[in-house]
Amino acid sequence: MIAQADPTQVDYLILAPLIMMAFGGLLLLTITSLTKRLSSSFVTTWSVAAALGSVAFAVWLWIDLDTLAQVTLSSSIIADKFSVFLTVVIGLSTALALMLTHHYLDREELPGIEMPVLMMLSASGGIIMVMAHDLIVFFLGLETLSMAVYILAAMHRRRFESQEAGMKYFVLGAFSSTFLLYGIALIYGSTGTMNLAEIGRATWLARELADGSIEFYYEPDGLMLGGLALLIVGLAFKVGAVPFHSWTPDVYQGSPTPSVAFMASVVKVAGFAGLLRLLSFLGRPTIDDWGPPLEVIAAATLLVGAFSAIVQTDVKRMLAYSSISHAGFILLGVTAGTDNGVAASLFYLATYSFLVIGTFAVLTLLSGAGDADFSLDRFRGLSRRQPALALALLVLLLAQAGVPLTTGFVAKFEVIGAAVDNGTYWLAIIAMLAAVVAAFLYIKVIVSMFLDEPADDAAAVEVPRLVGAVVAIAAIVTIVFGIFPGPIDDLAREAFVFFI
Amino acid sequence: MELTPMWYLALSAMVFSIGAVGVLIRRNPLIMFMCVELMLNAVNLTFVGLAWGRNDIDGMVAVFFVLVVAAAEVVVGLAIVVAIMRRRDLATADDISVLRG
Repeated sequence: MIAQADPTQVDYLILAPLIMMAFGGLLLLTITSLTKRLSSSFVTTWSVAAALGSVAFAVWLWIDLDTLAQVTLSSSIIADKFSVFLTVVIGLSTALALMLTHHYLDREELPGIEMPVLMMLSASGGIIMVMAHDLIVFFLGLETLSMAVYILAAMHRRRFESQEAGMKYFVLGAFSSTFLLYGIALIYGSTGTMNLAEIGRATWLARELADGSIEFYYEPDGLMLGGLALLIVGLAFKVGAVPFHSWTPDVYQGSPTPSVAFMASVVKVAGFAGLLRLLSFLGRPTIDDWGPPLEVIAAATLLVGAFSAIVQTDVKRMLAYSSISHAGFILLGVTAGTDNGVAASLFYLATYSFLVIGTFAVLTLLSGAGDADFSLDRFRGLSRRQPALALALLVLLLAQAGVPLTTGFVAKFEVIGAAVDNGTYWLAIIAMLAAVVAAFLYIKVIVSMFLDEPADDAAAVEVPRLVGAVVAIAAIVTIVFGIFPGPIDDLAREAFVFFI
Repeated sequence: MELTPMWYLALSAMVFSIGAVGVLIRRNPLIMFMCVELMLNAVNLTFVGLAWGRNDIDGMVAVFFVLVVAAAEVVVGLAIVVAIMRRRDLATADDISVLRG
């Protein structure tokens, strides 16, 4: 099933997306320390080029992949369509987030290349997570991703809120990582290995039934169940699922907006990748043990996210709660544990990354210098002042609400469809209820943009080309693939992981 | 009495719990970091105990990776604390509460 050449051979094509991203960041750091003053456009060009290069290698790897999966580095890294698909999503999201940093760093007078470099290093951690085929490698990827993101959150030197966000994220993140690691240790205790394929083999046992057919079953032991529970806790924290979501609103509100765009896309993608990969290797027979708890988590995430969002007055904080609610939708596909469910989750992750980056790009512009004011007043009468920007934000918000003809609708339709196929009707009903409640908050912003009079002193904000490009790309992807979801959907269906 | 991996598991579970409770109830950021380190070391003990019980090297190797991660984590955490301290005096973690709602 899995092609493996000589274990001492390293397949550099598999590692190429990772090398491109990580070395792009490290080389940039080296170059800046050797030269006196580097223009910020060079830094942006370099970093976006490295991120897109990583995407290009991933696409090459996708085309080149003739077997179902290839492993390398003593079977600790796996390249299958699942990992390559998510690598592309991470690479594109990183490129878009990097394009936002250029204008942001200029406006906030934060000289230095730390933000782009940290984003690239963090993204390389994310790529390790999606390609990991070994629990310790997965943990190292997760820490690489997280530690860079803690600093990204605390990046704004002159805003105390930013440092507070970094501190809160760090303490809770480090706390949750230890749970994840404890889970890894217990699973090692139960199976004697940290390699995912071997864990799968040690977990399911086969028995021959009376009629000659073979049935897979497994006998859970305490260590395995405890380890699985702890792993789910650790990953649920990373994706911001209730009840491990309490950091999300504070961190999103306090962090620099480009960092938030990065967190909401890349960190979520990597967290869900880990969850899907791990559960898929444990396989169908184990679903009775992790399915029900994840269903409860998904339901709570949907409801808490939607209902907490509608009472917020700060738009950035509101979007933080809405991202919690989106995590609940993605969890719907995961809990289904079917090929359809996984494909739906992948489609959701891919399209949501564009949506959320586009939305936060508009927020970056509207907050103005200081990056602090995200009250609804900032959005009043935006359609009079800047029709194009208001239209783009309208598209993005409607897509987040799940209105037809946008990617948001297709994504929500598919995950709810997966839940219905799986027979969890109650969960599907809760999801639809949450979608309706959440729609209210997006409409609140839209009404304010289009129907309210602009404030007297409101001036039009200047839209720099790069940020404008990010918003335009996000809006176009949302509309085009909302009307023709076929291409992304086909790729996601090709990329699903097995639930055996 | 024979020494089995279960003893190590029980001990590390206790140390892990002490660390977890410490993070939750202590209010000094530095002590919270120390409690996180305690939790990580409890996991290390789990790894070593289980690897010893199985006579397997993988768990022992994992400990080295965890040690490196723990060291890097401290660097990042202390950097954030220093950045905050330069702005204002910070007696307890409760003082960092501008963001709420």
